[in-house]
Amino acid sequence: MGKVIVVTSGKGGVGKTTSTAALGAALAQNGEKVVVVDFDVGLRNLDLVMGAERRVVYDLVNVIQGEAKLTQALIRDKRVETLYLLPASQTRDKDNLTPEGVEKVIAALKSAFDWVICDSPAGIERGATLAMRHADVAIVVTNPEVSSVRDSDRIIGLLDSKTLKAENGEQMEKHLLLTRYDSSRAERGDMLKVDDVLEILSIPLLGIIPESMDVLRASNVGAPVTLADGRSAPAMAYFDAARRLKGESLPVTIPGERRGLFGKIFGRKAA
Amino acid sequence: MNLFRLFSRSQSAPAARERLQVLLAHERASAGDSDLVIKLRDEILRAISKHMQIDSEKVGVKLERGIQVSTLVVDVEIPFDAARKAA
Repeated sequence: MGKVIVVTSGKGGVGKTTSTAALGAALAQNGEKVVVVDFDVGLRNLDLVMGAERRVVYDLVNVIQGEAKLTQALIRDKRVETLYLLPASQTRDKDNLTPEGVEKVIAALKSAFDWVICDSPAGIERGATLAMRHADVAIVVTNPEVSSVRDSDRIIGLLDSKTLKAENGEQMEKHLLLTRYDSSRAERGDMLKVDDVLEILSIPLLGIIPESMDVLRASNVGAPVTLADGRSAPAMAYFDAARRLKGESLPVTIPGERRGLFGKIFGRKAA
Repeated sequence: MNLFRLFSRSQSAPAARERLQVLLAHERASAGDSDLVIKLRDEILRAISKHMQIDSEKVGVKLERGIQVSTLVVDVEIPFDAARKAA
């Protein structure tokens, strides 16, 4: 049985889709069988970031409505053999996502893949709660910015109350992925530091993705950043985060920080 | 002038941190409260409606937190002949 991960955040535009694609690809590049699922019905984008927008025939809503088989809707990545995409529908009413339908699809994916990574829509509405409902693990994507941190706090509350795990009295495993981090601005005191965000949200850290042109460049060409340029700083950060997801314990380094001067604080405990 | 600003400008991150801590402490507390009020409202409604017919729209439950004393205000409007009917 595979693990179901929801990539979520309260605020939009913090990097959920980018992170879903990058983490999915990173895991698949290491030989794991991965499917990334776009739950953002009405405003789909994961297909575009994955570079598969012209190959979408059937989507998640078609499968839930019984108009297509799951195997018909799954798109296999052209670059990585073990990476698949289940796209969201753009034109359909988002109310077509039923709780029973979602449960069925997730169960089917779980039995066929090692990792089912669900890209959640922003906000706290139905779409977001449906995306997180069946998750085993949640990745909360946050920017070091007040509105993003506040909304993440709200989402953490939902993860602890509105998910199947929470309803069964279990603890939902949650990780923080801090994106668009600029260590020089943090050092100058003009951006919340990693420790500030960790202290406020108090969930374990999965990784820090540095602010970088490489992320935009990758989405421009339709490739997850780990595939577009595996040696770039954000790609390395995503590779490390993927290894931590698999249970490896790696120290989290702050990308771009001057090692000589701040080397002492590197032994940060990872998620 | 620009150079001067660069050196004299105070850091903004500590302000962000402090504002967030205050705000979230408040929001976390009030989120729990609203749940409690909804639960109380439901149970009070159920208890009263066992004995008389009431309009669920006309029941107000308010919890006010003071420093020393908190008050729970329950406002139930009973229709003119509801009590008689049930009795």
